Amino acid sequence: MPLKDVIAPFYVWKRAFEKPYTTAKPIEERPGAARYRGFHTNDLDLCIGCGTCETICQNEAIDMVRVPGIEAKAGDSGLRPMVDNGRCCWCALCVDICTTGSLRLTNEYIWVSTDPDAYRFIPGTNDNTWADKELGYRRDPGYRLLDYERQDMEMLAPEQGVQSFLEVVKGYSAEQARIEAERCVDCGLCVATCPAHMDIPDYIKAVRDGDFEAGLRLLYRTNPMPATCGRICTHRCEDVCSVGHMGDPVAIRWLKRYICDQVPESEYAGILQDQFPDNGRKVAIIGAGPGGLSAAYYLIKLGYAVTLYESHDKAGGMLRYGVPSYRLPYEQLDRDIDYILSLGATIHYNTRVGRDIELSELMEGFDAVFFSIGLTEPYGLGVEGEKHPRVLSGLQVLEDVTHDRDPGVGKRVAVIGGGNVAMDAARVSRRLGAEVTLLYRRRIEDMPADPEEIHEAQDEQIHFVTQAIPVRVEDGPSPQQVNILWGEAEMVADKAGGRPRPVLMEDKIHTETYDSIISAIGQGGDFGFLSDEHASQVEVKRGKVIANEYRQTGIPRLFVGGDVANSTADAISAIADGHQAAVGIDRFLSGQV
Amino acid sequence: MFAPDRSKYPKMVDGKPAVDLDSEKYVKIWHGPQHPGITGNMSLELTLCGDEVVECKTHVGYLHRGFEKLMERRTWIQNFPVVCRIAVPEPAFNEYLYAAALEDLAGIEPPERAQWIRNLNLEMMRLASFMAWLGGQAGAFGQGTIGQWTITHRDYLLDLFEEMTGGRIYHMYMIPGGVRAGLPDGFEERLEAVLKRCEKLLYEIELVLLNNAVFKARAVGLGVIDKEMIDRYGITGPNQRACGIARDVRKDVPYLVYDQLDFEPITGTASDCYERTVVRYHEMHQCIDLCRQIVARMPKDGPFHQPLPNVLHWRIPPGETYVKAECTRGEKGYYVVSDGSQHPRRICIRGPSYTHAFPVMEKLAIGTDIADIAGLMVSLHTYPPEIER
Repeated sequence: MPLKDVIAPFYVWKRAFEKPYTTAKPIEERPGAARYRGFHTNDLDLCIGCGTCETICQNEAIDMVRVPGIEAKAGDSGLRPMVDNGRCCWCALCVDICTTGSLRLTNEYIWVSTDPDAYRFIPGTNDNTWADKELGYRRDPGYRLLDYERQDMEMLAPEQGVQSFLEVVKGYSAEQARIEAERCVDCGLCVATCPAHMDIPDYIKAVRDGDFEAGLRLLYRTNPMPATCGRICTHRCEDVCSVGHMGDPVAIRWLKRYICDQVPESEYAGILQDQFPDNGRKVAIIGAGPGGLSAAYYLIKLGYAVTLYESHDKAGGMLRYGVPSYRLPYEQLDRDIDYILSLGATIHYNTRVGRDIELSELMEGFDAVFFSIGLTEPYGLGVEGEKHPRVLSGLQVLEDVTHDRDPGVGKRVAVIGGGNVAMDAARVSRRLGAEVTLLYRRRIEDMPADPEEIHEAQDEQIHFVTQAIPVRVEDGPSPQQVNILWGEAEMVADKAGGRPRPVLMEDKIHTETYDSIISAIGQGGDFGFLSDEHASQVEVKRGKVIANEYRQTGIPRLFVGGDVANSTADAISAIADGHQAAVGIDRFLSGQV
Repeated sequence: MFAPDRSKYPKMVDGKPAVDLDSEKYVKIWHGPQHPGITGNMSLELTLCGDEVVECKTHVGYLHRGFEKLMERRTWIQNFPVVCRIAVPEPAFNEYLYAAALEDLAGIEPPERAQWIRNLNLEMMRLASFMAWLGGQAGAFGQGTIGQWTITHRDYLLDLFEEMTGGRIYHMYMIPGGVRAGLPDGFEERLEAVLKRCEKLLYEIELVLLNNAVFKARAVGLGVIDKEMIDRYGITGPNQRACGIARDVRKDVPYLVYDQLDFEPITGTASDCYERTVVRYHEMHQCIDLCRQIVARMPKDGPFHQPLPNVLHWRIPPGETYVKAECTRGEKGYYVVSDGSQHPRRICIRGPSYTHAFPVMEKLAIGTDIADIAGLMVSLHTYPPEIER
């Protein structure tokens, strides 16, 4: 045995003179590292209650619960995560997946309580000392678990688009649709926001699974015009999409369109297998637009005999006569309408209630009447010379184009307004070969039109002049021309806290000559079909008919829906109204309300 | 199977030793599962004749959590926090292998910087795991002081893991696609400081343990693994290298950036308890050297994660793969099968502990003194959670 082996171990004694390694808790504190995964904290104002943290948690340690003082609203479920520290393993996947970045972990790791229930807590609501701690685990921006980028939609180049009325949006390929569908986190905030409460996460799942038949059935549960809405819906669902907080919202509308594009119309009946027992009751529907068609579909499914009265020679309402075919091709609209009508609805075209048939006759001949007549009366410009023959109505221009008539806009056109009708009229004029200027009272960000339409209009070389108020319309140099005087406006903050108001600057008036002026500053309803007796019982406030939650008016057997009754005045709201009214009529006639 | 020399032991009847306990010649004891000399929650059923072990049977089942089955019920991403629990003292190898298997199946190529960071993490992990083992090895022979030192130094390494990954034990850092974050500012300097401390400690341990007459007297010749056993039993890692076979997955089938690092497998001559301790001791120096090489050569910036699709709906194309790595104790492999759904169809984990704790331990224990069983067990370096996955 070497002597070294006997002596060397005594080296251990040297340690007796060294400083000990231990931390003298509680005299010394030992904070967690800057990235430490300690207790949760949540920014409750930023959190939208999407529940992805709950979904990803493999320990089921997170439950979404109600929190006093936080109410559900558009884009916010009103729920907040409650963490059970008895189950949590502090993997922080909940932090990585958080769609808003509100949830994170602090570097606090000591918590002493004698109450076992204390460890089930709602981060952000308690007064724990770490609630405001800055340090702790956060998702590094260099990595992500969600796909924040939307699949690009292939579109006609603007210079090609203005050459024809071909549909601008091409639709997704199978691969694009699958990738886009995978981006969804299934939170369902969109369902709450959609006026029709469509089963959005479910039909997106159908796209992921490639099960388009199931997808179509889901679409028709709440919306009998999916091919249409898949193109022109105002998609408020996408505005609240939780993925949109840190990236692009999921392209819900394009996925809806994708499902419809995959199923041939001839297979609709076989897939949907709509069954309807005849219950012997009859309902009349005034107006075959989205509201009337939707009501017809759901009433037929409930067993009612439905008769529609349509003033035009084709069904579709504003979708046909107000939306140009480059946004919504007629064959797509017809596909939705044909299926609804194929279920057995009777439709009288070119029949205007109030002119060709009286409302009182309908009230006598049918168990209930639903009207969804749309806003068809354009507002005037409200300036001197507004009746000039070269001042055209936007709606009229769009309707003429649908009928294949030349609206006669000329080569130089001014469009006045900032809504969708204005954009459509301007883009239609571009396609008719005109050079188009768009005048709007306020700023671009104040325009009520869809942002996509605004961008596409700009891409199509429509010249936007904002903060421009029309002052007067005068005869132009020739009978085919017209002069418009418009003044520059400045935006003045509203004292009551509303949106800023444009105020005309009298010293900055410009005069321009155009071949025509298209007025598109809004439209109202035409309630002329209501007799005095009916009118006295139907309350109309600010141009909108007042109805209860079942869309029932002051006359119990008269129901209403669509643009004349809701404030949003879009197709999906009309469809939702139609559905609600169908349910309301059924409940009313079967004596449930 | 290997047939031990049983001339002086009880006769074998129907494959079992005919131990007549009523003869008062033998005694049966349970070594574990609560015995400090046992490496975790397992136990040895020992039959003794005086001080000598005549029969050894390994029992597990105290730690069964059914990981492999559990993972079939969870989505791909939800298994990411699960796998680290399969070998508690060195979770990083599980994280790496799970991520590597998924990347292989899904066709994801992690960025280069992520590979370097992962490699650094694994070598730090190896050092930390050896630190815990070294304390156990010394402690098994009654030298508890060394355990105090090494566990402390392991804690210094865990402090670094805490900074780097956010967790001390379960790092949950090597996510499929790369890592969850880059290195924190100034990490390299703090790592170097800890490596220096560890180096100093190792030299002290060389004096106190490897040059210790008592340790030598007990460890030399204990549990000799001869070369013939290696392939018959499937022995890997330091246990195998200590007999002079230079097999090392890092060198033979390089993964991550091992092919760019300068190192040679460390081998011994005769694999007894002492030789295995020496080999591991040198591997600890090698870990320190590899950490330094990695820090000096790794890219300092750039992406560290290849974006995944939305992990909530992540489906991995159908296929199967086997990925392996040299963990602290030998070759560890993950066999992963995907049927194209959101959940793994099958995950099978092959760790070195099963071989080392069952057939090898059962053979080596025979003829050993009861007092040396703990030292022998630790020198095989097994982790029960890896057996019961």
